[in-house]
Amino acid sequence: MKKVLFVMLVVTLMSTVLFASVVYERKETLYAGGGLWAPPSNWNPITPWNAVTGTVGLIYETLYGYDPLKDELIPWLAESGRWTSKNTFEIKLRRGVTWHDGTPFTSKDVKFTYELSKQIPEISYSPIWTWLAKIDTPDDYTVIFTFSSPRYHEWNYNIYQTPIIPQHIWSKKSKEDILSGANEKAIGTGAYLFETYSDDRMVYLRNDNWWGNKVFGQPKPKRIVYLRVLSNNVALGMIMKGELDISNFFLPGVPTLKKTYSDIHTWFEKEPYMLSDNVAYLFINTTKKPLNDPNLRRAIAFAIDPSVIARTVFEGQVVPSNPVGFLPIKGWMKYYPENAAKQFGFKYDPKTARDLLDKAGYKDVNKDGYREAPDGSKFKVEIIVPFGWTDWMESIKLIASQLRQVGINAEAKFPDYSKYWEDLTTGKFDMAINNFNSQMTVSPWTMYNWVFNSNISSEMYNGNFGRYVNQKLFELITQLNSTPMDDISGCKRIVEQIAEIHLKEMPAIPLWYNGMWFQASTQVWKGWPSEKMPYAYPVTWGGRWQTGGVLMLIGLKQ
Amino acid sequence: MKKYLRMKILVYVLTFIFAVTIDWLIPRLMPGNPILVLVSRFSGLPESARVIYSYLTKAFGLDEPMWKQYLNFWIAFLKGDLGISIYLYPKPVLDVLKSALPFSLGLLLPSIIASWIVGNNLGAIAARRKRLDSIMLPTMYFITGAPYLWLGILLAYYFGVVLRIFPIAGAYSFALRPHWSWLFISDYLKHWILPFLSLFIVQLGGWAIGMRNMVIYELESNYSRYLETLGVKQKLIRKYAFRNAILPQVTGLALQLGTIIAGQVTTEVVFSYPGIGYVLTQAILNQDYFLIQGCFIFIIIGVLVANFTVDLVYMLLDPRVRYSYGGEI
Repeated sequence: MKKVLFVMLVVTLMSTVLFASVVYERKETLYAGGGLWAPPSNWNPITPWNAVTGTVGLIYETLYGYDPLKDELIPWLAESGRWTSKNTFEIKLRRGVTWHDGTPFTSKDVKFTYELSKQIPEISYSPIWTWLAKIDTPDDYTVIFTFSSPRYHEWNYNIYQTPIIPQHIWSKKSKEDILSGANEKAIGTGAYLFETYSDDRMVYLRNDNWWGNKVFGQPKPKRIVYLRVLSNNVALGMIMKGELDISNFFLPGVPTLKKTYSDIHTWFEKEPYMLSDNVAYLFINTTKKPLNDPNLRRAIAFAIDPSVIARTVFEGQVVPSNPVGFLPIKGWMKYYPENAAKQFGFKYDPKTARDLLDKAGYKDVNKDGYREAPDGSKFKVEIIVPFGWTDWMESIKLIASQLRQVGINAEAKFPDYSKYWEDLTTGKFDMAINNFNSQMTVSPWTMYNWVFNSNISSEMYNGNFGRYVNQKLFELITQLNSTPMDDISGCKRIVEQIAEIHLKEMPAIPLWYNGMWFQASTQVWKGWPSEKMPYAYPVTWGGRWQTGGVLMLIGLKQ
Repeated sequence: MKKYLRMKILVYVLTFIFAVTIDWLIPRLMPGNPILVLVSRFSGLPESARVIYSYLTKAFGLDEPMWKQYLNFWIAFLKGDLGISIYLYPKPVLDVLKSALPFSLGLLLPSIIASWIVGNNLGAIAARRKRLDSIMLPTMYFITGAPYLWLGILLAYYFGVVLRIFPIAGAYSFALRPHWSWLFISDYLKHWILPFLSLFIVQLGGWAIGMRNMVIYELESNYSRYLETLGVKQKLIRKYAFRNAILPQVTGLALQLGTIIAGQVTTEVVFSYPGIGYVLTQAILNQDYFLIQGCFIFIIIGVLVANFTVDLVYMLLDPRVRYSYGGEI
């Protein structure tokens, strides 16, 4: 029997084994986790949202990077860029940048990247052509974008989000391949090369000829092994053993562990430990009775106490949101609508909530302990989050009990993720928590554009799940987008109006800021960014390396 | 004999078609929409999400009527094409299975077979020794009732974090690329041992208890009593009892192949081990029709092949089966 076992083992091994031999030196390797959830299967920069983390940022690069800590766009593939008129943006590209195969990077690649989406409207960024008129390349290092109706905020977001792809490779691909090819062995301009992968890891090898070595400095790790870690326990155990250098997981228990294991590094030494990265919103279905009543929605906002959630569920790792849902980052706070927040803002105050409900006619007529709608009918609201998202599950249990305390019959429900998402997108829910597109960006416009997405259709793929319709609000958001970003007072004026409508109508309630989860081990790598050394935003999530991850790799020390 | 095989093969083919049809249908009856789930990963502008959604729905052929999708499925299947995974878009399902299955089988087969052999022997021994039995029975009940998850975490914590003898994640060191060397093989085994043990231990209890009860039952049955009164040696009686007791255990072995997948899932999660179990749960959560289908087709084939093998083994083990189809009884 032993023989049989042995033979089976050998056969199993044979089928998984490649005949290449590499052992990675621990000192030169960075082990990272938190941004890879599925076996690596896609490195296509045309579908960056679905690509393995690092595809954009490590392999492919964008014209600009963004540093949220300083609120600065960092010229990346672009050397400089400026608005030469109200609707032309001129970019000077860096010289001496080459693709991994040695071909020089020029303005043709930039033009090709954007124009590809004109030829193939199935590409996600093709809607840019509704406001971009043309792209000119007077020479190899100049690109002039001419807009038909410039959207300044969206443009600033776009230039650090769109990975530039090599024309000499992608112009030869078929449409099918461009849209849905896996693009293994991706060729970019970035600091790392595609080396290898297997079901539970992605390995990047440093590109020693990277153009940025002279500009920014060389990233320290020779290899990045990005691990697919399947559970929090494993991630936590690996950090404690020093097998994982950086983790972008939400790990319950970090505050407790930090007391005994001094080599777990976080951004802040004390609460809240983590930077705030995105806003958890409670979306309310405005098409359902009686939730279509703004008075009820406002009362709900007053009845919820996010600080209890932050303290208990998240052990102090998150911070309650301000009433307008602005992340506490420079880029957003410079437009902060103080007046609207002061005048119409809300805070946890069950007494006000009860008063609002009484005034609006929500009274407990049949004495069952819960209020009835003004027309006398009973109502009950369900709050949903996906099953297994334990922090959110505990949060909505608390929210439901807080709502019951002011007399609103509320219940927490946990459907499977796909059911949750279907209910959310097709408008079958009452209330739900979501944060999928409220993350830190260059402008609060992206948040508004998501929370109040004006494309109301049978399926809300992204944002405005409560289907709140208000043409004036939609116009204001469009107006904000087309106001230059450096016109702070102009933008602020519009934001004040948006915030006023938001707070009066309350179709979505900002609750707390989910953190930029970041735990690092100091056993091998040192010099991690922190409150005291805020040189980079510590993110390794997909599509976010250009907002700090790469700078962090450069700033690490042995 | 031939008649027996013909009948069996016909039944298996029909079962296969029926099972695969159900496998095709059930995911599609689930509430939810896989393309929506895929697009939910997209964290860009809402305008762009719409573009992606309509493209993908077409690309996966999910805009076609159901009957046509079903037909397309069989046509593709007969060509050996299981489609493209939605969850691991754009990886073909076959490639997903190819890269994940070896790891799963490398854990499953040794643990099932080893626990079956060891468990049956332990059970048979315990059935004859009262004192051993009184210790072993509660122990076995305890470990067979232990959830895989709990046992796995316990093993990982004790051997991985406290003693630090074994690694707690991955199928081989994250610092290695697979290659033929003693270094790699020993590393693979080091990663393999804990997940193997957690599967092995939990299954062990069930086999041991089953075998113990069966042997005791057989020893108490009329033919044993009769043999006893005839004055036959105990050893021979036990041999007969064991041969009869093993039959349900063999059937159980075949059935086990299908059910063990559940244990496989938790083991893979606890040890962050690559394999089909975790992929399958994610496929279900993401409503990846094609990947669910693909995984289950393999499970169906696995269970059918195992059952077929058992049917053949039965003919060797149990002469009654042989004779009944040979028209001799």
